[in-house]
Amino acid sequence: MSTASTEISAHGQAHYDPHLAHHFDTPEQQFTSAKLGMWIFLGTEILMFGGLFCAYSIYRHNHPLVFKFAAEAYLSTKWGAINTLILITSSLTMAWGVRAAQLNQKKLLITCLVLTLMGAAGFLGIKTIEYSAKWDEHVWVGSWNKYNGDNDASYATPPPEQPTTQPMVQIPPPAYGPAAIADDANTPLDVSQIKPRYSYPLSQSIQHQPPKRESDQRPTGEQQVDERYKQLSASDQWHVNTFFSCYFLMTGLHGIHVVVGMGVISWILMRTLRNDFSSEYFTPVDLVGLYWHLVDLIWIFLFPLLYLIH
Amino acid sequence: MSLTHSNDIPAPVADDVGPSAPHGVHAVPRRVLASVWGLLILLTVITVAVSKVDLGQGNIWAALLIAVIKGGLVTMYFMHLRWDSPFNGLILIVALFFVSLFVNTR
Amino acid sequence: MSEELKTDNYLTHERGFLSWALTLDHKRIGLLYMIFVLSAFLLGGTFAVLLRTSLLTPNHWMFPSDPAHDTQAKLFYNNMFSLHGTVMVFMFIIPAIPAILGNFMLPMMLGAKDVAFPRLNLMSFYIYCLGAILFTWILMGGILRTAFNIHLPFGFGLDTGWTFYTPFSTSKAEDGMVAGVLGAFILGFSSILTGVNFIASIHTLRPRGMTWFRMPLFLWALYATSIIQVLATPVLAITLLLLVAERLLHVGIFDSSLGGDPVLFQHFFWFYSHPAVYIMILPAMGVISEVISVHSRKHIFGYNFIALSSVALALLGFLVWGHHMFVAGQSNLVDSVFSLLTFSVAIPSAVKVFNWLGTLYRGSIRFTPAMLFAMGFILLFTIGGLTGLFLGALATDVPLHDTYFVIAHFHYVMVGSMVFAFLAGMYHWFPKMFGKMCNPTWGRVAAILLFIGFNTTFFPQFVMGAHGAPRRWATYPAEFQPYHVISTIGSYVMAISLIMVALNWLAGLLWGKKAPANPWGGNSLEWHCPSPPPHDNFTTPPVVDDPYNLAAWEYDASIEGWVPRKPQPAPAGRAAADRTRPVTH
Repeated sequence: MSTASTEISAHGQAHYDPHLAHHFDTPEQQFTSAKLGMWIFLGTEILMFGGLFCAYSIYRHNHPLVFKFAAEAYLSTKWGAINTLILITSSLTMAWGVRAAQLNQKKLLITCLVLTLMGAAGFLGIKTIEYSAKWDEHVWVGSWNKYNGDNDASYATPPPEQPTTQPMVQIPPPAYGPAAIADDANTPLDVSQIKPRYSYPLSQSIQHQPPKRESDQRPTGEQQVDERYKQLSASDQWHVNTFFSCYFLMTGLHGIHVVVGMGVISWILMRTLRNDFSSEYFTPVDLVGLYWHLVDLIWIFLFPLLYLIH
Repeated sequence: MSLTHSNDIPAPVADDVGPSAPHGVHAVPRRVLASVWGLLILLTVITVAVSKVDLGQGNIWAALLIAVIKGGLVTMYFMHLRWDSPFNGLILIVALFFVSLFVNTR
Repeated sequence: MSEELKTDNYLTHERGFLSWALTLDHKRIGLLYMIFVLSAFLLGGTFAVLLRTSLLTPNHWMFPSDPAHDTQAKLFYNNMFSLHGTVMVFMFIIPAIPAILGNFMLPMMLGAKDVAFPRLNLMSFYIYCLGAILFTWILMGGILRTAFNIHLPFGFGLDTGWTFYTPFSTSKAEDGMVAGVLGAFILGFSSILTGVNFIASIHTLRPRGMTWFRMPLFLWALYATSIIQVLATPVLAITLLLLVAERLLHVGIFDSSLGGDPVLFQHFFWFYSHPAVYIMILPAMGVISEVISVHSRKHIFGYNFIALSSVALALLGFLVWGHHMFVAGQSNLVDSVFSLLTFSVAIPSAVKVFNWLGTLYRGSIRFTPAMLFAMGFILLFTIGGLTGLFLGALATDVPLHDTYFVIAHFHYVMVGSMVFAFLAGMYHWFPKMFGKMCNPTWGRVAAILLFIGFNTTFFPQFVMGAHGAPRRWATYPAEFQPYHVISTIGSYVMAISLIMVALNWLAGLLWGKKAPANPWGGNSLEWHCPSPPPHDNFTTPPVVDDPYNLAAWEYDASIEGWVPRKPQPAPAGRAAADRTRPVTH
């Protein structure tokens, strides 16, 4: 892929092109390099989100009805679709902006960048609407979610206890460890007698609280249990929380990328106003454009997978 | 200023020039940008419409298929991959392949 | 190679703190990395010796033996091995060869003036520093608190081991989990950006005439490593983020009492961490290819096979992560598939070992310190690799999982192989980097002593593990004490030999003989410039040749180095005479 010649110009020689770095021979080589580097970085972003898509696909495959219930009850297809349209349009304005930079159309570039930023802001605005609706319905992330076992007012029911079975074979206790101090080698280990390993003071906040199971913990008043929730099996009811984990983690990470995108687009806008770009040098605009399109791409996949589960 | 009026300075850019031309990096034509945008909007509408029809297991595959088409359009035209070096596209394909490896094997 | 350059090289080019802190010169960035990475090695190594010392007796003799101190002693032990593991893995082994030797040599081997993205390179370094400082603070805080009751602000400690397994890490582990894991997250970005830089450099900065199959094998190794860095590290990033979300927000993705699955964490974690071990070993193998060839004065044997096996290792390494989870409840089918793939991933490694031996065979071997470390590598990597097969076979893995056998196996490949290769590379390129020669006698002594110390430390652990000694336990049954004592003595010998290496380098820096441009007679492009190189690497554009064409150089005793072999003058034979004689017929 190299187009460079072996001639390496001496360091002191004046280059007419102030944008050409000293270790590149031609502007084309530099531009090709920069694009390649950006595509590799986009590859890493795809791998990172890929992990979340993996978690989503596993949990959805294992509990399809859970995802159906949660998506239908709590996600608004309308807002999701509008967000998709906004993001697609911002992709258009970004691509147009790159074209404008290539053709020395400074005012058009500024317009396109501003429109892209407005699109991004609109996207975040709608996300805020959605997230605050979730807050109002007590289905926020983690332990603020009424379906999460850690929530004080949770009505998530743990799955039924597994019946215990007697071991078929008496396994002799090990020669060392807590079981070795049992008086009778054939007495089964009494787990309740084992002291916790860490009596050293640890922060109380991370002590995992077991879910409360008494019925008087059920929410009263306006927090009525959804009918469709009652129709889920006991095991499925326990897993409703995982849908919201996936939802908030995926849209949250995506939202962070949108915010970062707004930051870099603003930076490009500032540089455009300072006359940094021309048809000879527009690489940063191109690279930021690639990043923005990736953000759009990820949403294109998030939208049907989260919002259109019927 | 009007978005339709071209104030193109005759920069040394031809419409179908490859990446190796001096200073000549291909600028995507406006028609192409607008048509791709239109297609993306249309496909979004189709995605939502299809999701309302019950196809059982087929729903998720239909949605994914349409998403892949939309993604392909964004990648090829907005991200300029159609006119870029194929290696950049290879990077994308390899990344997607590894994601699928991760998802499917698990 | 002209005389006036001996005063102007990359070290003297600009002076002052800022010229180093804001440098874009890949060579200076390589040295900056070296300072931090070797400090991390010192930290991790100190704790390794401390760990081994605490294991001299079965009942943590370093603490009073009453029950009140029992918990504290065990918590201290857990913090110690977690610090040792995380510091060594994330702060030393993964960056060492790519960030130090790779940064330094890659552009020079390409005949280029710098890497493709020098500013990204500097940013990579600062990201590494940030992650390293955060990490060290958290870990040391835990050590100080559990051992001496000293409370550093935010010094929370980490006691999960470097694998951060759920549900322990998300519920009961020490408070340092979130900050520590964020430190690892930040370090991961340094790794990703280095990978991006190297891939782009190799693609776009190769000079005319240097096709893919005319690159030095070190570059093939760095390329394969960078592919893994770029593809695998983001999965670690998301895994760590999920861990933080789980612990802070209780999202329930890994917690079965909230509907999640703890084994999912293991899949996520090992999908990165298995390829990560190939990030550790591939650059080491690249170094060995260079060292073996040059120091036995022989063209590398089987170039194509070594080059392609690097890429094969990189790709196959992504398919075997399940072999860390044979006892985690996977189905028999999944277990069998991973086991089969694990056996197949041994093949490219074996191909390389075969080719290195083929290079050594009938070569003119010089027992320089670099060569001794390289030969040690070959033996120790073979042992490490073969014992990996025991762990890759399902039936034998079940009793060996989580025993000292596993510890011995991975130390053979990480220390016996990677550290030996790193030292070989440092000795090999030390003259180029610093323009000075190290005393070879002390280098040889250190190499032999390290080999002896290493085997004394880790070979008994294979035996212990086969007898069932579990790993990560602060105490152990008395029957294992002899093995532990031998192992600890070995670790002291290792420590002494590594101190010897450090002193050898320091003495070389301060009082070493001036190094010629090509002290060992290599033909890759970094030897075509002065030692140390000038700021822009080359004074005259280097001519691209087969990097293993060692016959192009001949030894010049007056400079104790190698110079290009002068082409023989044309013999004054008939052809020449015919041309000069006038034609008379």
